[in-house]
Amino acid sequence: MKAVLGLLGLAGLLVLVEVLPYLGLVPADFLPPTHRIASALAGEVGDSGFWQALWDTLVAWAIGLAIAVVAGVVAGIVIGTVPGLRAVTASTIEFLRPIPSVALIPLAVLMYGTELQSTLLLVVYASFWQVLIQVLYGVQDVDPVADETARSYGLGLWARIRYVLWPTALPYVMTGVRLAAAVALVLAITAELVIGAPGLGSRIAVAQASNAIPDMYALVAVTGLLGVAINLGARRVERWLLRWHQSVRGEVVV
Amino acid sequence: MLLEVRGLRKVYQGKERQVEAIRDLTFGVDAGDLVCLVGPSGCGKTTLLKCIAGLLTPTSGEALLDGRRVSGPPPGMAVVFQEYGRSLFPWMSVRDNVELPLRQKKLPRATRRSLVDDALSAVGLGDTHDAYPWQLSGGMQQRVAIARAVAYQPDVLLMDEPFAAVDAQTRADLEDLIRDLWHKLAVTILFVTHDIDEAVYLGQRVIVLSSSPTVVREDVDIDLPDARDQLHTRSDSRFTELRSHIYAQIQAAKRESTPGSTDAARDTDLAKQVLQ
Repeated sequence: MKAVLGLLGLAGLLVLVEVLPYLGLVPADFLPPTHRIASALAGEVGDSGFWQALWDTLVAWAIGLAIAVVAGVVAGIVIGTVPGLRAVTASTIEFLRPIPSVALIPLAVLMYGTELQSTLLLVVYASFWQVLIQVLYGVQDVDPVADETARSYGLGLWARIRYVLWPTALPYVMTGVRLAAAVALVLAITAELVIGAPGLGSRIAVAQASNAIPDMYALVAVTGLLGVAINLGARRVERWLLRWHQSVRGEVVV
Repeated sequence: MLLEVRGLRKVYQGKERQVEAIRDLTFGVDAGDLVCLVGPSGCGKTTLLKCIAGLLTPTSGEALLDGRRVSGPPPGMAVVFQEYGRSLFPWMSVRDNVELPLRQKKLPRATRRSLVDDALSAVGLGDTHDAYPWQLSGGMQQRVAIARAVAYQPDVLLMDEPFAAVDAQTRADLEDLIRDLWHKLAVTILFVTHDIDEAVYLGQRVIVLSSSPTVVREDVDIDLPDARDQLHTRSDSRFTELRSHIYAQIQAAKRESTPGSTDAARDTDLAKQVLQ
């Protein structure tokens, strides 16, 4: 039922976009009707350049996200477990975190030009904080009884990180990864669009510059679909990894 | 003497004031004994147990295991906590929970396997290896925690009010399980409880603690026959006598410290919160 209603809403949007230009509410030059966007999309799908752009965006997204997740997790665990480190780093984190990644575009261009590294710099910077903050929360959430149990059975620091702290933090880590995955896509497209690094973003810019408005909309729609797919994928991984967790397992009848 | 507590004192240092949870405790437990510790609530039983387990450092005095001073969690000691739901790891199956401490001991796989199997069947959970703890009832979860301690093959088993959170019938079963395991494994058990009946039913000796700041009030020998069962032991007149005696002791302990007793109990709770 929920899915049906959702599809109904989507169909409504498509119909609205189709009729708006005909009603003269918006000029057809700026918002082409749905069928023209759809045929432009079909054209894109048949073009190898489109697939190359999609691949470039996905590669930048994946590499950037991977670096951010690994760095965020390692930094979060170190900051969270070394006594005093959290207090020392808190103000720095609170200062650096709100800096919008796009503010680093000039720096990225200066350092790497229009190479992949430019995109990566922005993607990593934006996603890193999402992961780090969640890991810091997760590390704090370790149950004292679980930790005492582990200590009483002689588990050393490394074993406690692996068997107690990491599984405790995992729900938080997964939330961070999900947020980071969405942010990474936004920043990958932004970097390509603004800097001109290869990918869907620069293809959108090219379509706009050459007045191929339906193509531009088609590409925008593709980025949206990509976002949906990434979110669904992240949720699925999360549910599988956290099948033991209260939020996933639900109420168990004992 | 396998386990010795000498002049143990623990003062919690809060931000503004300090709380003396344990003043001066001295007692010993011989190898193979089953000794129960009872005391009024808030008398620092858990604090004492954590000091013995090496999870807390005493302010002064010491705990000795086999003549060696406890300065961190000693090998050869296992603890069963009251909060089984938090002490078992929900992300691991029952088997992995029981096996984890054995991996830390670097035992070979085959040995681990047989220890886990034996321990789980000893507590009557032979067929729940692959379940997760949260799929089991409270009583069964505490059995898993006991199996984990048994598989570890400790010389000393510390139990911190392990049955306080299960229903009365399950509790009776688990009490018999402990007596049974103690006979079979010849392990030394120090069992902390606030339940006088439980202490008398289980122990060979019951150490009665005073209110906080805590000292040993009395060391009672439980001269009941070794074979105990819920029905007959509990209706035995000697059982009733011992129980009444200890009950009176604890009531007296509460009265004697009346001016500060509620305060002291609250203070230890406060101190626990501060430290956690």
